[in-house]
Amino acid sequence: MSGSSPGSIERLLGEREIVIACGPGGVGKTTTAAAAAAIAASRLGGDVLVLTVDPARRLADALGLKGLGNQVTPVPPEVFQAAGETPLGTLSAAMLDTKQSWDALIGEHAPDEATRDRILHNPLYQNITERFIQSHDYIAMERLYELHSSGSWDLIVVDTPPTRNALDFLDAPARLADFFSSRLLRWLIAPSRSTLLGIASKPFTQVADRILGTQFLADITEFFVSLQSMYDGFVERANAVSRLLADERTSFMVVSTSETVPLREAEFFATELATRGLDIGAVVLNKVLPTSLSDPDALAATRRLAQRTPEMTAALAARLDVDASVLDRVLETVTESFEDFAVVARREASSRERFPLGGATLLTVPQLDRDVHDMEGLLTLGSYLLGS
Amino acid sequence: MIPLAERSLIFVTGKGGVGKTSVAAGLAQMLAFQGRSVLGCEVDAKGDLAAAFEAPPSGFTPVSAGENLSLMAMDTEASLREYLKLNLKIPIIGRIGPLARAFDFVATAAPGVKEILTVGKLCYEVRERHYDTVVVDASATGHIVGQLAAPQAINELVKVGLIRSQTDWMLDILSDPRQCGLVIVTTPEEMPVAETVELAAKVAEETTVELAAVVVNRVLPERFSPRAEAVFDRLSSHEGIDALSEVLGADSASVVGAAALATTMRRSRVQHMNTLRAGLPAGTPLVLVPYLFQRADGHRATRQLALHLAEEIDR
Repeated sequence: MSGSSPGSIERLLGEREIVIACGPGGVGKTTTAAAAAAIAASRLGGDVLVLTVDPARRLADALGLKGLGNQVTPVPPEVFQAAGETPLGTLSAAMLDTKQSWDALIGEHAPDEATRDRILHNPLYQNITERFIQSHDYIAMERLYELHSSGSWDLIVVDTPPTRNALDFLDAPARLADFFSSRLLRWLIAPSRSTLLGIASKPFTQVADRILGTQFLADITEFFVSLQSMYDGFVERANAVSRLLADERTSFMVVSTSETVPLREAEFFATELATRGLDIGAVVLNKVLPTSLSDPDALAATRRLAQRTPEMTAALAARLDVDASVLDRVLETVTESFEDFAVVARREASSRERFPLGGATLLTVPQLDRDVHDMEGLLTLGSYLLGS
Repeated sequence: MIPLAERSLIFVTGKGGVGKTSVAAGLAQMLAFQGRSVLGCEVDAKGDLAAAFEAPPSGFTPVSAGENLSLMAMDTEASLREYLKLNLKIPIIGRIGPLARAFDFVATAAPGVKEILTVGKLCYEVRERHYDTVVVDASATGHIVGQLAAPQAINELVKVGLIRSQTDWMLDILSDPRQCGLVIVTTPEEMPVAETVELAAKVAEETTVELAAVVVNRVLPERFSPRAEAVFDRLSSHEGIDALSEVLGADSASVVGAAALATTMRRSRVQHMNTLRAGLPAGTPLVLVPYLFQRADGHRATRQLALHLAEEIDR
């Protein structure tokens, strides 16, 4: 990346309808998504929505999200004004409430109220939707689809849920469709229409019964028999969600830091996206150390500082009117500090250079002085994304 | 509180990006250095734990990764197979095909099955005393409670059957602080600290596992005493930088800038440390691990981390 001009995601934010921020955990993905949405709304105009998963409380407050669940909330213009900004467009924010979204989806697809209630009250359903994370993946993409098809937004920036495997959310719609189409599921459900005990003769259910117990198996069966009535709707929807992700109106923004482990994961992620034919518009690297740390002149100055003579220290102490022995210790520490950070900066710079960018724009955001938790901070971060 | 090193089943969790796997590896290495036989188990099977020892990716069968140390990667299907072999005496060979498909189905349909097979295998290793200590590079903060609470959840959900009867002895191990403990890894940054405080409360509320320690990773060294800090402030003013540049005969802005960056980073981290201390249950041991500038990964970093952990834990 050295030598290249500073990148910008202006085109990405200005031309696409959906930008999905993804990447390893703990790299500032949520904040970066919010910053991209804020700067797009403010400087590029249009009606912009950020769909976020689990923002830090102060960031949620900054966006006006106060436990409103699934509801889309406009960020008041005063929030921008307080940050000294007159936005060209509007910004709204929504959080993802997995349970609410699932309930709404069931409500929409259920053929009648009785089926809906049977599903909503099934203990398995409650467990699947509340406790188990894969269900977040599907519902995040489903909610995105719903918001996009409402046609209310020029741009939706999506923060992806933290997953065990960073790619789970991409596969979730297809996996759900596969699951509903599987012969195994049909095979399990089919005989249960006549009698639940009928299935007990199958070898699988014999094993499952001994491990899980009859009641549990009955719960599973009942749950899927109920769900089966919604099968076509679900599969169709899941396929539509998959198509939307691959659509040319959608692009991905891979977010990472330059540290070894996250960057390795981001690289894996970028490769996988490319393999699936999905578009990577930008790679954003946060918390990048200043380039001056790897500057040869600065390194030379540090060497001279390390080899300072007592006379140099004394002269400097006299000029600054400070104690020479304290100054000597301070200069020693300054040298160490530079060397410590220079090692890290060099290591990270060489990792960045090895990153397989493909056609994506690389953006680096410097280590900021403070945590981002207000509109001013988001706009500062956003300005780096626009390369300004 | 029971010392961490005396427990036989240690789960290590943390928010993504804080160095959870590195700390799990360092802890396993520390215990192995102390002469205990250690099994390190990676739950998310990305190969990162093995990479911390520069060992090839491990499988379900533990392989040696140094003196006193073996590594394995959790595989819930293999765990189920082992379980069935041990408990049901099912002639497994003829059934692998349909069983694998059936397993996929059950694991998707029946919440907690994967979790119980993971926790079950780990508890089994502890019960059978195959190792002195099992160190688990567990799921990240978002999933750990689901995993640790799985035996209880199954207990509530499944009224009869073999799995139900198996959860009792698992709960005995998980609930016993002399045997089992949880370590949360964090860094002195805003989000990781907030998640750690939240997780500590949730673990106490929803699981029976004791929080044995919080490891604070990447702590920046204290650079200046208050007296030195005043001198440094003078040095990093325009006047100071000009004077230094003149004395050195070279532009020194970047040099001083690096130290200023370190100081700013450290200051903001001190605040987050205070938030962490205030938010954790009283008496939770805090283990501080310094930022490793020289090396970020690999076996050498793991050894360094092990030495730092030993120093801090013995203190």
